[in-house]
Amino acid sequence: MESGMAYEKDDLMINLKATELRLGLPGTEEETNEDHHQDQSSLSSSALKNRKRHSPEITREEKSDHDGEETAPPAKAQIVGWPPIRSYRKNSLQQMKKSEAAEISGMFVKVSMDGAPYLRKIDLRVYKNYPELLKALENMFKFTVGEYSEREGYKGSDYVPTYEDKDGDWMLVGDVPWDMFMSSCKRLRIMRESEARGLGWGV
Amino acid sequence: MNYFPDEVIEHVFDYVTTHKDRNALSLVCKSWYRIERLSRLRVFIGNCYAISPERTVERFPGLRSLTLKGKPHFADFNLVPHEWGGFVFPWIEALARSRVALEELRLKRMVVSDESLELLSRSFANFKSLVLVSCEGFTTDGLAAIAANCRHLRELDLQENEIEDNRGQWLSCFADNCTSLVSLNFACLKGEINLAALERLVARSPDLRVLRVNRAVPLDALQKILMKAPQLVDLGTGSYVTDSRSDAYNKLKSTLLKCQSIRSLSGFLEVVPWCLPAFYPVCSNLTSLNLSYAPGIYGFELIKLIRHCVKLQRLWILDCIGDKGLSVVASTCKELQELRVFPSDPYGLGHAAVTEEGLVAISVGCPKLHSLLYFCQQMTNAALITVAKNCPNFIRFRLCILDPTKPDPVTSQPLDEGFGAIVQACKSLRRLSLTGLLTDQVFLYIGMYAEQLEMLSVAFAGDSDKGMLYVLRGCKKLRKLEIRDCPFGDVALLTDVGKYETMRSLWMSSCEVTLGACKTVARKMPSLNVEIINEHDQTEFCLDDDEQKVEKMYLYRTTVGPRTDAPEFVWTL
Repeated sequence: MESGMAYEKDDLMINLKATELRLGLPGTEEETNEDHHQDQSSLSSSALKNRKRHSPEITREEKSDHDGEETAPPAKAQIVGWPPIRSYRKNSLQQMKKSEAAEISGMFVKVSMDGAPYLRKIDLRVYKNYPELLKALENMFKFTVGEYSEREGYKGSDYVPTYEDKDGDWMLVGDVPWDMFMSSCKRLRIMRESEARGLGWGV
Repeated sequence: MNYFPDEVIEHVFDYVTTHKDRNALSLVCKSWYRIERLSRLRVFIGNCYAISPERTVERFPGLRSLTLKGKPHFADFNLVPHEWGGFVFPWIEALARSRVALEELRLKRMVVSDESLELLSRSFANFKSLVLVSCEGFTTDGLAAIAANCRHLRELDLQENEIEDNRGQWLSCFADNCTSLVSLNFACLKGEINLAALERLVARSPDLRVLRVNRAVPLDALQKILMKAPQLVDLGTGSYVTDSRSDAYNKLKSTLLKCQSIRSLSGFLEVVPWCLPAFYPVCSNLTSLNLSYAPGIYGFELIKLIRHCVKLQRLWILDCIGDKGLSVVASTCKELQELRVFPSDPYGLGHAAVTEEGLVAISVGCPKLHSLLYFCQQMTNAALITVAKNCPNFIRFRLCILDPTKPDPVTSQPLDEGFGAIVQACKSLRRLSLTGLLTDQVFLYIGMYAEQLEMLSVAFAGDSDKGMLYVLRGCKKLRKLEIRDCPFGDVALLTDVGKYETMRSLWMSSCEVTLGACKTVARKMPSLNVEIINEHDQTEFCLDDDEQKVEKMYLYRTTVGPRTDAPEFVWTL
C-alpha cells in the first residue's frame, strides 16, 4: 500500500498545500501530516476542540492531561446526534431503563444472621457474581462461608447462606445462575450450620 | 427502430424488474422510453424533492407501487430540524387526482399527516400495502382511517415511527369482512390495544404471515393469538412477562410447538428471561432474530437462546451480549449474513459493551457475513485487518466507536490502515461508515479501492480538504455522501461541482464550508438545490456575508428547482 500512497500524496500536496485549509485558530502551530503520528493523543483532544466550531451544544470537558490515557472522562460529554442511533431507538432505551430501574430498585434485600441482634440490608446489583456476594457477607457478619459443592452444599463452616425466593421457598445460595438468583431473591438468611443439619443438610 | 411490436417488447420488459435496470431501459431510445414508462409498475424515488409528484404521475400513469424517501439520513440522529420538510401529502394528492390505481406506498423519513392517511385510504379502491419507516406526524386516527377504508388491505407495516397514540380504537376499525391481512406490524405504538379486537382480526385473517405486536399485548393474549395463527412466519412479541410456573406460560409452550413456520422473531419489549425456553423449539428454525429492543435478555439466558439458533442469517442484538456472547454467535450461527450490534448504554461507561474481540470472533466463525452495523467501545487496526481477510464479501460495513475519535488503543495510531484493509479486500462494498481517529490517509484508501461504494458516512475524521477530494475523485459510483464535524472546506466543495450531478445528495454539517462557496455551487449547477439550514444564530446569520461558515448544507440534484415548502430557516441558494 505504501509505495502507491507516496506518489499520490506528493502530487496532491504540491497542488493543494498553498490553498490547504488548516484546522485551528490563526496563529496556532501548524500540524503537518508527518508530525501527525507523533502527536496522537493531543491531536484527539485539541483537534476536537478545533473541529467543533459551535460550542453551544458541546459540553465536552477538555482533558488536562495529554498523555493519551484511555480512561473515560468522568462526565462524558454529549455530542448532538451521537451516537448515531435513531431517536425512536434512543427513546425506547431510555424508557426501558426507567422501567427497569423501577423494578430493580427493589434489589435491596434484607440479610439476617442467626444470633445477630439486628438485620442488615445489601444491594444485590452491586455484585457481579456469587464469590463477590459471599465475600461481602463474610465481611459484614464476620464469618466464613464454607466451600460450595453441588452435591453437599457448603462444607467446612458454621454458617450456610440461604435465601427466600419468589415462591416463598428457602433455597441454598449458589445453585442457580447468578442472573436467576438476582431476580428471584427476596431476602437472605445466614443459617447456623447446626440448624441446617437439623433440616437434613450439610455433613 | 424496433424489430418487434410494442407488445413483445413490453413482455420482455416484464422480466426486467429492478429500478436500475428499468431506468437503463428507458434511456435506450424514444420508443423504449415510451414502452417502459407506460408499463412501469413500481417507482422508486430516493429523494422526494428530486422530482415533482405531477411529473411522476404523468410519466408513469400505470404505476401501482410508489416508494419515497424524504429527509436526509442524518435526520435520524436529530441533525435535521423537525420542520425541514418531506411531506407526503402533495404526493397523495397528485396520485389521487390522476386516478392512478395505487396499491402500495412505502415511505421512509417522511412527514405523514392524518389528513394524508385519510386521503390515501379513500382514494384508491385497490390499495393493499402501506409501509412507513421512521416517519412522523400522524396519530392512531390516521391508522383508523386506513383500517376502516382500505377494504383489501394486505399489509400495514409500521417500523420505528413516532406515532401519537390517541388511545382510539383503530384496531376495531378493520371491517368485519376485511379478511385479506397478510402482514401487520404495530410494534412501535406506545398505547393500549383492544386485545379482543386484535384476536378477532387475527381469527378472520387466514393469510396472516407477519404479526408484530406492541408492548401492550401481554403473554396470555399472545398465546390466544398464536392459537388462531399457527401459520405465522414472522412474530414480534409484546410484553413477555409471567411466572414460569403459570398456566399462561405452559399453554404458550405447547402452542408454540404448533407454530412450526416461524422464521423471524422479534420484540420481547418487556421480558422475564427464564421464560425464554418456551421459544427454544422455534429458535432452531429461525433465520432472523431481533432482540435489539430487549435489554432484559442478557448474559446466561441470552447465550442459551442463541445456542439454539443454528440457522440464523440475520441477528440484531444489544451490546450487552458482550464479546463472549459474540463468540457463541460465531460458533453457533454459521449461516450468519447480517449482524447489527446496538448500544444498550449510549452515554454510559459501557461495562457490557463489545470490543474488537467480538468482531474478530464473528469474522472467524461467520464467513458469509456481508452486512454489519457494529457499535463498540474500541477498535484496533489489527482487528480490522483480520476481519477484512476473513470476510472479503462485505457489502455494508458500518462501524461506530462510541467515542468517535478514539485511536487504536493498542498502538495509539489512527484507524486508517484498518479501514484501508476493509476497502481493499471487500471489492463489493457499497456502503461504509467510519469512526475512530482517522486522517486523510483513510480517504486516500477509500478513493483508491472502494470502486463500488455508493454511500459513505463520515464523522469527526480527516485533516484537510484532501480527504474529501480523494473520495470525490476516486469513488465513481458514489451516490450519497454525508459528512459531519470534519475539516473539509471550500476547496473540497468546489473542485469538481459537476460530480454532484452524478450523486443523489451531499450533506455537510459543522465543517469548514463558507456561504460564498455554497453560493458558487448553486450558481454553477442549476440542476442542484443547495440548501443552507441555519436554525440557531438566525439573527447573526447574514445572507450577504460570504465568509461565514455554514452550519448545515444539504445539496441534491433535482429536476424541479427550489422547493416551495421550505421553512424559514432553510435557504435554497
